[in-house]
Amino acid sequence: MPLTTPANSPDGRIGDVQDTPDVPAFEADPRIDHSHGTESQWQLIRRRFARHRLAVVSLWVLGAFVLVALFAGFVAPNDPGDVKARYTYAPPQALHFIDRSQDGWSFRPYVYGYSVEIEPEALRRTFVIDEEKKIYLSFFKRGWEYKLFGLIPTDIHLLAPERSRDPFYLFGADRLGRDMFSRLVYGTQISLSVGLVGVVMSLVLGVIIGGAAGYFGGWFDAATQRAIEFLRSLPTIPLWMGLAAAMPSDWSPLQTYFAITLILSFLGWTELARVVRGRFLALNGEDYVAAARYDGCSHFRVIVRHMVPAFTSHIITAASLAVPAMILAETALSFLGLGLQAPVISWGVLLQEAQNIRTLATAPWLLLPGAAIVISVLAMNFIGDGLRDAADPYAK
Amino acid sequence: MSDTVLEVRGLTVAFPHRKGETTAISDVGFDLKLGETTCFVGESGSGKSVTARAVLNIVEPAVIKSGAINLVDVAAGQRIELSGLDPDGADIRAVRGARIAMIFQEPMSSLSPVHTIGQQIIEAILLHQDVTAAEAREKAIDALRAVHIANPEEAIDRYPFEYSGGMRQRAMIAMALGCEPDILIADEPTTALDVTTQAEILKLLKGLQESRDMAVMFITHDMGVVAEIADQVVVMLHGSVVETGPVDTVFHAPQHAYTKKLLKASMGLDEAPHGRNGAGSDEVLIETSGLSLTFPTKKKIRKGATGGVRALNDVSIELRRGEILGIVGESGSGKTTLARVLMGRFQPQEGDAVYHTRDGAVKDLTHKSGFRDGQVYREMRMIFQDPYGSLNPRMTVEQIIGEPLLVNGLLKGAELKKRVGALLERVGLPASAMERYPHAFSGGQRQRIGIARAIALDPRVIIADEATSALDGSIRAQILDLLLTLRDELDLAILFIAHDIGVVRYFCDRVAVMHKGSVVETGTAIQICDSPQEPYTQRLISAVPIPDPRKRHLVA
Repeated sequence: MPLTTPANSPDGRIGDVQDTPDVPAFEADPRIDHSHGTESQWQLIRRRFARHRLAVVSLWVLGAFVLVALFAGFVAPNDPGDVKARYTYAPPQALHFIDRSQDGWSFRPYVYGYSVEIEPEALRRTFVIDEEKKIYLSFFKRGWEYKLFGLIPTDIHLLAPERSRDPFYLFGADRLGRDMFSRLVYGTQISLSVGLVGVVMSLVLGVIIGGAAGYFGGWFDAATQRAIEFLRSLPTIPLWMGLAAAMPSDWSPLQTYFAITLILSFLGWTELARVVRGRFLALNGEDYVAAARYDGCSHFRVIVRHMVPAFTSHIITAASLAVPAMILAETALSFLGLGLQAPVISWGVLLQEAQNIRTLATAPWLLLPGAAIVISVLAMNFIGDGLRDAADPYAK
Repeated sequence: MSDTVLEVRGLTVAFPHRKGETTAISDVGFDLKLGETTCFVGESGSGKSVTARAVLNIVEPAVIKSGAINLVDVAAGQRIELSGLDPDGADIRAVRGARIAMIFQEPMSSLSPVHTIGQQIIEAILLHQDVTAAEAREKAIDALRAVHIANPEEAIDRYPFEYSGGMRQRAMIAMALGCEPDILIADEPTTALDVTTQAEILKLLKGLQESRDMAVMFITHDMGVVAEIADQVVVMLHGSVVETGPVDTVFHAPQHAYTKKLLKASMGLDEAPHGRNGAGSDEVLIETSGLSLTFPTKKKIRKGATGGVRALNDVSIELRRGEILGIVGESGSGKTTLARVLMGRFQPQEGDAVYHTRDGAVKDLTHKSGFRDGQVYREMRMIFQDPYGSLNPRMTVEQIIGEPLLVNGLLKGAELKKRVGALLERVGLPASAMERYPHAFSGGQRQRIGIARAIALDPRVIIADEATSALDGSIRAQILDLLLTLRDELDLAILFIAHDIGVVRYFCDRVAVMHKGSVVETGTAIQICDSPQEPYTQRLISAVPIPDPRKRHLVA
């Protein structure tokens, strides 16, 4: 729908020139398509994001991680804490879907079982995949009991061996014969949520403190800036160590978990506060913010209605780039033995098992949590990049 | 002598994008002759700058689709076709700067801030001429002298920030002329300058062009400037040339309707004024006396430390009911500061400023307490200069215009929607525009939305800070006419801040001229513009270009 501008000057004023057929309305440039304009900023951002191929793929990958974390019990075939001494360092089994037998083939997932050999010299037990033994699997099988979302008790699993005594180690087993795949699935829950909860907490702190500093300025701004500089000058690892050491040893794993996220976000908010403050400073000079003040809006309304929507996209971007940093920090802490402790399972705790080079030589699959970290961190970084490009109106 | 030095035929430039391409200019053709100034005139987006860049073959990310650009070496009798050359190749680089030089609109950003003026000019000379560094320096000093920079031996070692805007533009010209080009392309070289500086630059360009027998391609949107300096005129609309011809023919016997429209909207000093020429009412709404404001340059360490920029100096004005008061002055004269003081953004150190509200109360505008209950903001509204920055891009037009009504608790829901529709129609936009976001509108339409927001609360005073300076000629005329109509219908008083004397003469009832923070002269618009008394006002008025080539007075 073209917008035409009606003449509005009655008495021969100079703007009053009627549009002649050979001169179209001046504002209707035929080279430009004016048919759009009802799309909101978010719709535009979504469209630009969809064009960023890598970011979209990463979004699906991250979505899969989140689903796995949410339905950890359903996805995990074995109880992650279930110790089976028989299967210490059992290697990963390959998953097969098509079962070929004498009378043709059928769709029936299975894995091969193990047979144990004893090396004559070292007297060491080694597992060999035994292609004679097929362990058939079935979907939605009842197995060990868990609570879905921590609330609903159930025992249905996505994929489990038909006979629950049979070994089923997709990613192998650790030194206590626990299923690495199930442990990884449960680790996803903790590691992702540490990142997300930590970032949400730093976001709240950062937006409130940075926003107030940017909007009101003055001594509050000066004080927070100095505080941020002080916090950022502290060497992180000794600080973490100190804080972790200060944590009472009789705290339950859950309490430690919350304490760790608190520590991480206590240090993480500074970055976000700076971003938010910068945006506030830039927006304070915008005419439309001044216009909102002249419209009679309260400080609160100016901030919430006029300023925050202008940089939510920036905040989301900054946050999506901060989540992987949180995950890496948690991993580093747990790897050093300062963060989460067994029996809590996180990727960092799982990697602790891989500290010994000799165990790594016999069981390299213990490094698989590292792959999960790399994939999720990369995915989040790509998503952050995609969001940043999409939110920038000057991007190509 | 009029040898053709550049022939452009059938030039078409397009910007490729995902869904095909957008044609920026199509089938543009013109000639540039030595010793002549050809003005390219048209409104923003008409393809003037793209044409200039295409001549230098620097149109990235666009591509030259077709057409020929023939550069003729008159002395040697050779022709080079520029559009076929590799845009990054050595052949075209030998042409850029040496044969064809360019100067830009923004003298602030086209000079490197970390090199001295001399280094930048010498670099250009060394690139294209086989001279030693010492000779290049001599040439640079000569070039600076040629553009009338005082004391060029010293000025050459200064940095751009030590130059004023006009001096920077002179330095740009000196750099462009350093290699004695045949063609000088000037892309809106005076748009960012004050009128008095503009007059000096125009005079300088004309003089240099005549003494060096150059061809000048001068791009502008200001018909007054065209009338002052052009020999030939090319009128562009939507990427095509609609009219070409000698300047006198174009101004006095225009063929195309668009040229006529441009001329009509050019708003010279002989246009019939539409203000009321004098105060209509005796009721004073805003009154200031002895208003002074100094911005401290450094933080005060001792109380009472002096120094700083005196932005306002003893300013006394009156704004009466239903009157349009123009505040005119060059950049830095304090006119915007005055508006900001009245809107409570800054608090003056001395003087009084009061607003008489509709119910007879008196509000003190020099203290924040005067604004606290919001009544001043309901009756005194603001229209901003930048139509792009003053509308929140995240809100629909309905939300933008409805905001003051909503937050003041006047209307909501269906009633609010109805009122917004009525306001939009009042400013000449369809009510259906309310569902859209600001990015769907052109500059003029956005300014209309800004006006609708300003009148939503039924105000008595509107402060318009350069409200039409960002708009093209014909759109500007429409917005001014809209404001005149609204003034009559709503009995509005408008404080109109502007640097364009033509606009002020056309639009205002009374005018106050500001210079260095002081009001130097006040009077009716006709008095000030036609028979100014103060020397400064006289200087200001005489520097305004007249859109008629028969009345040239700036370049003799």
